[in-house]
Amino acid sequence: MSASTFGSGIRRREDPRLITGSAAYTDDIVLPGTLHAAMLRSPYAHARINGIDTSAASEASGVVAVYTHADTVDEIAPAPCAWLLPNSGLTIAEYHCVAKDTVRYVGDIVAVVVAESCSQAYDALDLIDVDYEPLDAVIAPKAAAAEDAPQLHDEIKGNQAFHWTVTGGGDIDEAFGAADVVVKETIVQQRLIPNAMEPRAALARYVQATGELTLWNTTQNPHIVRFLCSLVNGVPEDKLRVIAPEVGGGFGSKIAVYPADFITVFCSKKLGVPVKWVETRSENYQATTHGRDHVQEIEMAATSDGRITGLRATVHAGMGAYLSTAAPGIPTILHGLMLSGVYDIPAIHEDVYGIYTNTTPVEAYRGAGRPEATFMVERLVDLLASRLGLDPAEVRRRNFIPKFDDGHDVVTGLTYDSGDYDGALTKLLGKAGYEGLRAEQAAAREKGRHIGLGLSTYVEICGLGPSQVAGAIGFQGGLWESAILRFHPSGKVNVMIGASPHGQGEETTFAQIVAGELGVSPEDVKVIHGDTESTPMGWGTYGSRTTAVGGAALALAARKIRDKAKIIAAHLLEAAVEDMEYEDGNFFVKGSPDTGKTIQDIALMANVAWNMPEGVEAGLEATSFYDPPNFVFPYGAHLAVVEVDSETGNVELKRYIAVDDCGPQINPVIVEGQVHGGIVQGIGQAMWEEGVYDEDGQLLTGTMLDYALPRADRLPDIEVHSTVTPSPHHPLGVKGIGEAGTIASTAAVYNAVIDALQPLGVASVNMPLTPERVWRSIQESQGRN
Amino acid sequence: MKIPVSITINGRRYDRNVAPRLLLVHFIRDVLGLTGTKVGCDTSQCGACTVLLDGVSAKACTCLAVQADGTSITTIEGLAGDDGLHPLQESFWNKHGLQCGFCTPGMIMASHELLRCNPDPSAEEIRHGLEGNLCRCTGYQNIVRAVQDAAAGGSQ
Repeated sequence: MSASTFGSGIRRREDPRLITGSAAYTDDIVLPGTLHAAMLRSPYAHARINGIDTSAASEASGVVAVYTHADTVDEIAPAPCAWLLPNSGLTIAEYHCVAKDTVRYVGDIVAVVVAESCSQAYDALDLIDVDYEPLDAVIAPKAAAAEDAPQLHDEIKGNQAFHWTVTGGGDIDEAFGAADVVVKETIVQQRLIPNAMEPRAALARYVQATGELTLWNTTQNPHIVRFLCSLVNGVPEDKLRVIAPEVGGGFGSKIAVYPADFITVFCSKKLGVPVKWVETRSENYQATTHGRDHVQEIEMAATSDGRITGLRATVHAGMGAYLSTAAPGIPTILHGLMLSGVYDIPAIHEDVYGIYTNTTPVEAYRGAGRPEATFMVERLVDLLASRLGLDPAEVRRRNFIPKFDDGHDVVTGLTYDSGDYDGALTKLLGKAGYEGLRAEQAAAREKGRHIGLGLSTYVEICGLGPSQVAGAIGFQGGLWESAILRFHPSGKVNVMIGASPHGQGEETTFAQIVAGELGVSPEDVKVIHGDTESTPMGWGTYGSRTTAVGGAALALAARKIRDKAKIIAAHLLEAAVEDMEYEDGNFFVKGSPDTGKTIQDIALMANVAWNMPEGVEAGLEATSFYDPPNFVFPYGAHLAVVEVDSETGNVELKRYIAVDDCGPQINPVIVEGQVHGGIVQGIGQAMWEEGVYDEDGQLLTGTMLDYALPRADRLPDIEVHSTVTPSPHHPLGVKGIGEAGTIASTAAVYNAVIDALQPLGVASVNMPLTPERVWRSIQESQGRN
Repeated sequence: MKIPVSITINGRRYDRNVAPRLLLVHFIRDVLGLTGTKVGCDTSQCGACTVLLDGVSAKACTCLAVQADGTSITTIEGLAGDDGLHPLQESFWNKHGLQCGFCTPGMIMASHELLRCNPDPSAEEIRHGLEGNLCRCTGYQNIVRAVQDAAAGGSQ
């Protein structure tokens, strides 16, 4: 097999088990003697608990144990927040895994029942009598920041979790004072509910005789689960094994380590038998983390010829009732530092207020901070174009950072790695037939039809990231990745990685990396991940980092193998190492490729070690730790074409064209799949999805009936194109692609709808752009009630 | 109270006594240990539990095990034949019609029903036919391609 496997769209090695029903997700794993846990969750958004009577539940058929706060407090520490954002006045509310005397969102855990069967556990929940004293609740982040708002946590003033700022470049007030034009907007980035198709689950098996714990968990980052579980449950890390078996999507919602996970571990420790907990979908809506929930007040300063001179923003970010594991870094580091977008903006200032509200905690959700940043910038650029009567593509071009291939500094302090933003836009406009579409739009307008075109040109930060930076920004962990590459005597390969993909296909792409580096067939490479006992440490799959960071670790491990193999080959061929050459799995003396040694020959010789060079260890195995020198910055340009029916407010997405640049593509079919899925999630935000609470804090969108997920029949085929700009600092040149689509698409669709509505005088509509909202906005702008 | 049922799944007959409230999907997963069929929601929206009940697709969460007494069911585990994968399984694999795989068993069974009713569907008909099955990973596009490919005998 040849190195050309790198870059080919081979079909996935994961799929045979998934298409036959043979894959084992957490809930599919059955251990003898397993008991089942069910969580009693608060029906109130904010209430005092005056008493709990568990006696009837304890007596119920099949019930083995019922635990409340008093039973658990000494053995389960509060759920930790692990991103301690510096210089922000961060206040972390104590997040008791089982609520102490107050519940603060619908879904806060009040008690747990453990029973012989799942149905018995759920039946017993109904028998627990909790005496609640309802308190006033506050839902919207700005309302919660107001002076007279109900207070969630006694020790925290004004419900403020943090106040973070980013200031860069020239004086922001001067920029606005001197501006020819200022455009302003208030944007509501509505709350989204991730909805990974596999509900969350935990199966804990604690063996009291040995003190060893195994936890099967629906997680994106098993090594972080082990670390945090050891702290919270008091099981030493060396006796704690976490397994992420097959994991059915995450999108950020399986980063956090949740109270229910810690409680399940506690139950198994206490009872000495395996305990399983699987959330229902309704529970997922209530208590698995949400995303977004920003109110953004934004403005842009510019010259009369459309050059951006400043960007200023105030954001109120709803954090939910408690700070989830990585929550503080999402609306700040991953958001505010990206406000320059693809443009040279000379002055930027943003204030972000993280606010506690009586809602489900908010975490990373696909894109995590960057979609909210891209939307702000791309919306303002369109407003500027509209104000100046210029085409949105032209305004973008006047402000793009010029093409660069080895670093460009923006005023927020980041150094982008490489990019050709104008190149991506030019390709997009060509593929879309932009001029023709504008002519079509003009002709349609003559006939009273409302077609709109929406651009989104984005850059995003991923491949998280240098560990030194992680420390500086308060992330309580490293951000490197590691890989072990091991040749067996037969020439077959095992790869053990610390990252933990859950649908992204790295069992295939990582085999392709090995194939590219060492000339073996990807069929001969098995990639092992997700088990802390059989894989080296890694920090997880999120922030589009698995291939960008883990893939680099693997490539470097393969190169170590190549170096060692070359020494062994030289010895076997009785040649000097410096006379050796390597090509596509073959090591040979210069000029004699036909009498070389294959990597398989060398694997056998290294493993039997009958004839090794002096001082060279037996075996053909390498471990590599890769700590990236910088983030990677994929980018692209997207265009949405919509038609709005002004009579009904219905938005039809007619075309969606994307150009993305994630550097060299290891497997273009998988890249395309990531782009499809990402774009559709962003379209979902623009058009349908919203997590809605009523004013008392009841979640009104608490099932798949009420929360509008994208469905097959509502979407056009997405037209996917790419450009290829390698990252200069990455061993393979690759960037991430898991989140790019989502980061770009919400703004593209939104801009298209506002473009369509422009003749009707509609300047803004809050997302999602449902027919009712669009119709109302048309009526209002037309002066009709 | 337990009620006796006799249900044939993937060609094998299972005689069990079940609680009246037991859902078919839990009978398949928890009683019989056939975990290929998934539970993704509790309101019959996601379609992850879709099986063939007497040859016709059904969401196994909308049916009690006792209602399925005497029926013959095919789950994802029973779709492949002696000569290998079912054409739909091949097409989902070849067209990258899955990512995390959790919706896939239900999606393949729903596609089976779609092609039973309409052996040569347009892309639009496929999209309409699969609107009762949710996928959060793929954006559906490669699922549509996979079904088209299967309809064309794997030639697309």
